[in-house]
Amino acid sequence: MNAAIDGTFIAILAPFIAAAFAPFVVRMLGHNGSWLLALVPAGIFVHFLGYIDQTAGGAGIASVWDWWPGMGWPLSYLIDGLSLMFALLISGIGTFIVLYSGGYMKGHPQLGRFLSFIFLFMGAMQGLIISDNLITVFIFWELTSITSFLLIGFNHTKEKSRRAAIQALVVTGGGGLSLLAGIILVQLVAGTSDLSTLLTQPGLLQTSPYYLPILLLFLGGAFTKSAQFPLHFWLPNAMEAPTPVSAYLHSATMVKAGVYLLMRVQPIMGDTLIWSIILPIFGGLTLIVGTLLAVRQTDLKLMLAYTTVASLGLLVMLVGTSNTIAIQGAVIYLLAHSLFKGALFMVAGLVDHEAGTRDVTKLGGLAKAMPITFGAGALAALSMAGLPPFIGFVAKEELYLGIWGTELPFLALTITAVIGNALMLVIGFAVAFKPFLGAKVETPKAAHEGPVLMLAGPVVLSLCGLASALFLHWTSVHLLGPMASSVAGTVLEPEFHLFPSAIKANLILSLITVAIGLILFFRLASLRAAMDRVLRAIGWGPDLGFDQFMSGLVLLSHRVIRLIQPGQMNLYMKVAFAATAAAVLLPLILLDELPDWPEMPQMLFYEWGVLAIAVIGLAAVLNANNRLTAIAALGIQGFAVALLFMLFGAPDLSFTQFMVETLSVVILALVMTRLSLYQKDHRSVGRTIVDGTLAVAVGGGFFLLLLSVTQQPFNSELSDFFREHSVAIAHGRNIVNVILVDFRGVDTLGEIAVVAIAGLAILALIRLRPKRKLDALAVADNSNASVKANVKIAQVQETTS
Amino acid sequence: MEVALSALIGIFFMTAVYLMLSPHIIRILLGVVVLGNAVNLLIFTNGRLTREVPPIVPDDVIVAAPTIANPLPQALVLTAIVISFSFFAFLLTLAYRAYQELDTDDTDTMRIAEPADEAAPPTGY
Repeated sequence: MNAAIDGTFIAILAPFIAAAFAPFVVRMLGHNGSWLLALVPAGIFVHFLGYIDQTAGGAGIASVWDWWPGMGWPLSYLIDGLSLMFALLISGIGTFIVLYSGGYMKGHPQLGRFLSFIFLFMGAMQGLIISDNLITVFIFWELTSITSFLLIGFNHTKEKSRRAAIQALVVTGGGGLSLLAGIILVQLVAGTSDLSTLLTQPGLLQTSPYYLPILLLFLGGAFTKSAQFPLHFWLPNAMEAPTPVSAYLHSATMVKAGVYLLMRVQPIMGDTLIWSIILPIFGGLTLIVGTLLAVRQTDLKLMLAYTTVASLGLLVMLVGTSNTIAIQGAVIYLLAHSLFKGALFMVAGLVDHEAGTRDVTKLGGLAKAMPITFGAGALAALSMAGLPPFIGFVAKEELYLGIWGTELPFLALTITAVIGNALMLVIGFAVAFKPFLGAKVETPKAAHEGPVLMLAGPVVLSLCGLASALFLHWTSVHLLGPMASSVAGTVLEPEFHLFPSAIKANLILSLITVAIGLILFFRLASLRAAMDRVLRAIGWGPDLGFDQFMSGLVLLSHRVIRLIQPGQMNLYMKVAFAATAAAVLLPLILLDELPDWPEMPQMLFYEWGVLAIAVIGLAAVLNANNRLTAIAALGIQGFAVALLFMLFGAPDLSFTQFMVETLSVVILALVMTRLSLYQKDHRSVGRTIVDGTLAVAVGGGFFLLLLSVTQQPFNSELSDFFREHSVAIAHGRNIVNVILVDFRGVDTLGEIAVVAIAGLAILALIRLRPKRKLDALAVADNSNASVKANVKIAQVQETTS
Repeated sequence: MEVALSALIGIFFMTAVYLMLSPHIIRILLGVVVLGNAVNLLIFTNGRLTREVPPIVPDDVIVAAPTIANPLPQALVLTAIVISFSFFAFLLTLAYRAYQELDTDDTDTMRIAEPADEAAPPTGY
C-alpha cells in the first residue's frame, strides 16, 4: 500500500473531469466531439488492460491515497479479477456509448449535457466497483442512483420520463440506504469496512450473530439495484431514457452493480443455508418473470429490458448456489451478457433511429437497407441464444454443468434455467431477426445504414462476443479465471471448452433449450397473446403498486403534517410550554432533586418593597384593559427589575435596564396607539384553566429549579478568574465591562451584529410594502377617505364589543 | 434572598407564559418582554446575590476582595438585555405590519402560511 496518487486514481477521477469539459467540447466540435471524448474511457480501458497480467497471477492490487491527511477519509482501491473485469467492461463499453451518443443525439441541443451525465455516471460506476472501502462503495453506489436519475429523466418534459426517473431513484436509492445500514453493521462486527481486509477473514461474518440482518440489508441494496422480482419494475420503465443510456445502464453497469455486490461479498457472506435459499429463489423467480414479461412486449427496447431483468435473475441465482462451477458459469455469462446486451440495445436504437419505430410488429425486411446493423445484431443474438461458437454458448454450458443434478433443488434450478434460456433465445431472435428478415414493411422513415459513430459499438461488441469464445483459452486465463477466483474466494484455474469434449448432461440441456426456444420463436405471436391475457387477468403489478405507494406516501405525509402542524400558533406555544414545564419539572421529581423547604428570607424592608412593586406591575400587565395601563404596567415591572439589579450590586445592569425599559415604553406607545388591545382577555373558562395550569407549571417549575440550584454550593471558579485577572491582564477595574469588551469581546461583537440585523429587519419591514396594498391605499386615498375611516372605526368597535 | 427572588422569578415566568398563550398578538408581545426579564433575573440569581457591592476593583488594589458581586452573570445579563430589547423591537414591528396587512391581531386567524383548508399536494409526477 503506498500513499501516492497513481494512474488508477487518475483513471477514477478522469470521467468526472471529462464530465466538466464535455459541454465545451460539444459546443466547439458538435456531435463529432464524441470522437475526442471517447478517448477518455478508451484511455481508462488501456490503463486497466495493463493490470491483466498481475490479476491473472491472482494478485489483488490495493492502494490508498490519503487525499486529506488526518481526516480519515482516504480513497483506496482494490483491483482483482472481479473489479478488473467490471472496470474493463465499464470503460470499454463506455467508449462505444460515448461514440454512439454522438450519432444518436446528433443535433440535439443538449448533447453536451447528456455526455456530461454519461461521464458522471461512468465515474460513479467505476468508483463503485474499484473502491476498497465499503463506505466509499456506498457513496459511489448512491452516486450511480443520482446520475442514473439524471440520465433516465433526460427527456424531462415527458411525464413518463419523470416518472421512470423518480421510480429508479426511489427504488435504488432506498436500496442504497439498506446497504448503508448493512455496511455499518459489518463495520461494527468486523471492526473494518475495508474489503481487502474483510476478504482475508472468510467465515467471520457468516458466524456472527448479526449475519442475518447484515445479509438481508445487503440483499436489500443488491436486489433493488439489480432489479430482482418484485422490485424489477423500475428497469423496464427506465427505457424512457435515450437509447445510449439504456445500452449503458442495462448491459454492463448500473443494474450489474447489485450483481457485483453479491459477487464481491460471496466469499465473506455466501455459502450459508440462508444465502443459498434466498438468492436462488429470488433469482429464479426473476428469471422466469423477466422472460415471460419480455415475450409480451412488442417494443424492441422493452423486450431487451425484460430479458435484462431475467439475466440478472439468472446471475443472482447462480451466485446464490456458491458452487464454484456455477460461479464460473455466472462469470462467463456476465461477460457474455454485457457484450450481447450492449450490442443489441444499440442495434435497437439504430433501428429506431433509422426506421423511425421500435415496434417489432411494424418492422421487417430491413436487412438489405441496414446490412451491418443486421450483422452485428445477428452475432449478438446468437450469443444471447447460447449457440456456438459464441461466448454465450460457453456460459450456458458452464452454468448448466454447475446447477445440474437429480435432487429436487438442482432439478428445479435446471428447469428454471432451461425455460429462461429458451425464452431468452426467443427474444434474442425476435429482436435481431424479426425486423431484418421477411417481407419488407413500410417504416415511418426510409431506412438506411446508420453512421459509423453508431455502428462502431454494436459491431465491436458483437465481435468481442465471438472473439472471446474463439480465443477462449486467453479469455479464461486472463479474465474469467481471475474473476471467478475473486467471486469464489479461492484460486480457480478453470478450463473452458468451446466445443464439448464429451456428450454430457449440459450439452443435452443446451440442445433441449435451443429446441424449445426455436419452437416458441415460431409461435411468438400466440405466446404473446397468451401472456397478454394472463397479465390482463391479473390486472395489478408492482409498477401500479409503486404509484399507489407514492400517492399514499404523499397523502400520508399531508395528513401527518396537518396533524402536527395545524397552523395554529397558539397550539405550538402550548406544546412548547408544556415541553418546557416537563423538561424542568420531571427531572426534579424523577431524580428526587426537589429543594428543601426554604427558610423565610431575611430581607430589608425596601427590598420587600421592590419585590412588591414588581408583582404589582405584573398583575397590572395581566389585567390591563387599555393600552395606557398595559404600557405603564409593563414599565413598572421593568423598572422594578432595574431596581433589583441596583440593590444587588449591578449598577451597569440597572442603567441598561432603565434605558431599555424607557425605550421599550416609548416604542410600545408609538406602535400601540395603532394596535388595539382588547378590553378583556378573550379566553373561555376552559382555555383559561388550561393556560393557567401551563403558566403555573412553567412558573412553579422554574421556581423549584432555581431554589434547588441555589441550595447547592456555589462554584465560583470562573468568576474568581475574572475577579483576579481583570486588572492584571486587561487593565480594567470595572470587571463586568472588562468581561464584555475584553475577555468575551467576540461575544459582544455578536451581540452588536444581532442588534444591527434586528435594526435592518425592522427597516425592511417598514419599507417593504406589497404593491397590492399600496394600490388599495392609493384608491382609498382618492375616494372619500373620511367615509372609509368611519367604516373602519365601526368595524373595530364591532369586533371589540 | 435567593428564595424570595426565586419566588419572584416564578411569578415572572407564570405571567409571561399566561400572556403568551393569549390568542392576541399584543398580549403575546407583553409576555415576551416579561419573559425576557424573567430569564435575566434567573441568570442573575443563579450567580448568587450580594448586596450593594458592585464588581469593581478599588483603585488601590490589583485584585478585588471576594465580597464583591459576581461579575459573570452581570456580563451575561447585560448582553441578554440588549438582545432581548432588539428582539422585542423587531417583534413589535412585525406584529404591527402583520396587523396592517392582515387586518387582524388574532393568531388563530393569521393563516397565510398554513391555511386551514390547504389542499393535498398533487400526486402525479
